[in-house]
Amino acid sequence: MNLFTAINEGMRTAMQTDPTAITFGEDVAFGGVFRCSVGLREEFGADRVFNTPLCEQGIAGFGIGYAAMGGTAIAEIQFADYIFPAFDQLVNEAAKFRYRSGNQWNCGGLTVRTPCGAVGHGGHYHSQSPEAYFTHTPGLKVVMPRGPVDAKGLLLASIRSPDPVIFMEPKVLYRAAVEDVPDEDYEIELGKGEIMRQGTDVTVVGWGGQLRVLEKACDLAEQNGISCELIDLKTLAPWDVEIVTESVMKTGKLVVSHEAPLTGGFAAEISSTIQEECFLSLEAPVQRVCGADTPFPLVFEKYYVPDDLKNFEAIKKVMNY
Amino acid sequence: MATFDLEGTFKTHNLDTAPPTSTEATEEELLDYFKTMYTMRRMEITCDNEYKSRAIRGFCHLYDGQEAIATGINDAFTQEDSWITSYRCHCVALIRGGSVEKVLAELFGLQNGYTKGKGGSMHFYNKEHNFYGGQGIVGAQVPVGVGLAFANKYKTPEGEHMPVALSAYGDGAANQGQIWEAANMAALWKLPAIFCCENNSYGMGTSVERHTSNPDGDYYKMGNAIPGVKIDGMNVLSVREGMKFVKEYCASGNGPIYVEMNTYRYHGHSMSDPGTTYRSRDEIAATRSARDPIEFVKKCLIENNMKDEAELKEIEKSIRKEVQAAAKKAKSSPIPPMEELYNYVYAEDGTKEKAEKQKFIRMPQYKNSVQNA
Ligand SMILES: Cc1ncc(C[n+]2csc(CCOP(=O)(O)OP(=O)(O)O)c2C)c(N)n1
Ligand SMILES: [Mg+2]
Repeated sequence: MNLFTAINEGMRTAMQTDPTAITFGEDVAFGGVFRCSVGLREEFGADRVFNTPLCEQGIAGFGIGYAAMGGTAIAEIQFADYIFPAFDQLVNEAAKFRYRSGNQWNCGGLTVRTPCGAVGHGGHYHSQSPEAYFTHTPGLKVVMPRGPVDAKGLLLASIRSPDPVIFMEPKVLYRAAVEDVPDEDYEIELGKGEIMRQGTDVTVVGWGGQLRVLEKACDLAEQNGISCELIDLKTLAPWDVEIVTESVMKTGKLVVSHEAPLTGGFAAEISSTIQEECFLSLEAPVQRVCGADTPFPLVFEKYYVPDDLKNFEAIKKVMNY
Repeated sequence: MATFDLEGTFKTHNLDTAPPTSTEATEEELLDYFKTMYTMRRMEITCDNEYKSRAIRGFCHLYDGQEAIATGINDAFTQEDSWITSYRCHCVALIRGGSVEKVLAELFGLQNGYTKGKGGSMHFYNKEHNFYGGQGIVGAQVPVGVGLAFANKYKTPEGEHMPVALSAYGDGAANQGQIWEAANMAALWKLPAIFCCENNSYGMGTSVERHTSNPDGDYYKMGNAIPGVKIDGMNVLSVREGMKFVKEYCASGNGPIYVEMNTYRYHGHSMSDPGTTYRSRDEIAATRSARDPIEFVKKCLIENNMKDEAELKEIEKSIRKEVQAAAKKAKSSPIPPMEELYNYVYAEDGTKEKAEKQKFIRMPQYKNSVQNA
């Protein structure tokens, strides 16, 4: 099963098990641009699966209202690049609803799904990975799966989480990633990372689509006799500090990589925390291998992205430090 | 010179005056429209083909079917008037001082393109011609257009005619909150702002009835404080006359106005949309045969004995050749140099500084890597 089908399965399960669950967004009723909601309207009806007008701020606000009355709102923002018109609703309204109402109200039933990341030719507005804007917002959870099995389990956990979740789907994987996905209803705990590969020399941390790149970088390292411990964070807010610190205590070296630009990216947060937690264990400066500090350029994508080779260079660098 | 009936091609909302019910056009004018629109059509068809052969990548939205709008507006405008539009902007770029070659070079991701290949399909701009570009974010251009209108008003001496500022957007975009915010500002400050909705009946796969609560999907009636005009966007003469009227209304200080162009897009929304799942092939074919904007101009020329069928065929043939040649030329543009990646992020050109900061940039081919240690 590929990633978009796993997402589809996750939403189907959520809607089967929760009669208040609704799903909506631009062109969602027809299956959505990436086919994630295909067949849901037929199964659950037009009052549970529907198209909205083209209005992201409205979509987010509407979802918050529905969730505030106890409903489960699964909203789709067609591309993560278009989440910015909804930014105020998500950051000021959704994230702070519980806090500012003294826990009287909340919109925990809200999950915003949105496809993110580079696809090879997306240009400025179909390529961005805006996770760090949201990890900087207390009150929101931010999740990004790396493949179909995780996608279904994390999505179900997100939909059922008592906090609003921004669920980012690496669109490059929608068709590319194929795994055996269990049929049953299962959740993967939010806030917990996973060691994808055990290793002793360098800790390598990533999430979402970037893990495919990192696996390749680790392969290259392995061929050169370097043993990498590869960690998938899965949830970025709150992130699994423990799994990374434990690993770095062992390896003494850390490389963090994401596609979003370097400055102010989530790698900075991880780097800083590890510097605080593991100062005496560190044998080399933490390396961040990230997108360039430029808008996402159509023609320069292959230079912009932190590919396997750039990551391999960083791994070698910490090894030779 | 011939006279053309425009009866029934306009509707107005909250207006005491209206565009004329007939107009005159010369052979030269009509021929010019024909050539422009046919060039646009061929350019878009070329894009379609080049996309299919993978020479164009990324997101690509075509304008065929809507040619009369850009053409008619441009004729009603001068270069002093400001124009900003959505991502469906190839043909506006063309008519606002562009060339087929330059448009295609951008689409191919090459140095001679409008932004040296950094943007691609949705990103064309022309400062000299007051074209503020395409916009990838639906609706975002509209408040920007109100800022342009304000600047036009601000720099014009009191009492004189102002250049206008046109923000074009789609029927789907008309539901973005920003548009209402922008309209309120424009009305409050009586700005020469034209809110031009190119209503082609669909926002991606969602038809107008499904996305608006406006009765009959009438986007020219969006404002209580702002009047509106609905124009047959498939009739270049209506567009021209309608926009002359609209421009005069705004330029002379009456404040903003809504315009709705009734139009149709032949292609799917973008290259990944076949355009046939949410509408019927019959609907597309019926529009082509009954309302095609280029056929309309042809008819005007033929019925008034200005040109005959054979002459027009010849012109079409030569335009097809020109577009083909332009595409070829565009392809021969150099590939933009790697340093361009860091150019224009800030006012101060960051190329050198940034390249130094990134000590090592590993290229797909190792020998091309950039080493600045
Ligand atoms: C803020 C934002 N939301 C969603 C999109 C995705 N999108 C691009 S075009 C489009 C439909 C717009 O339809 P309309 O305004 O009618 O213009 P048309 O394509 O018909 O010219 C959508 C949903 C986007 N680019 N920006
Ligand atoms: Mg439309």
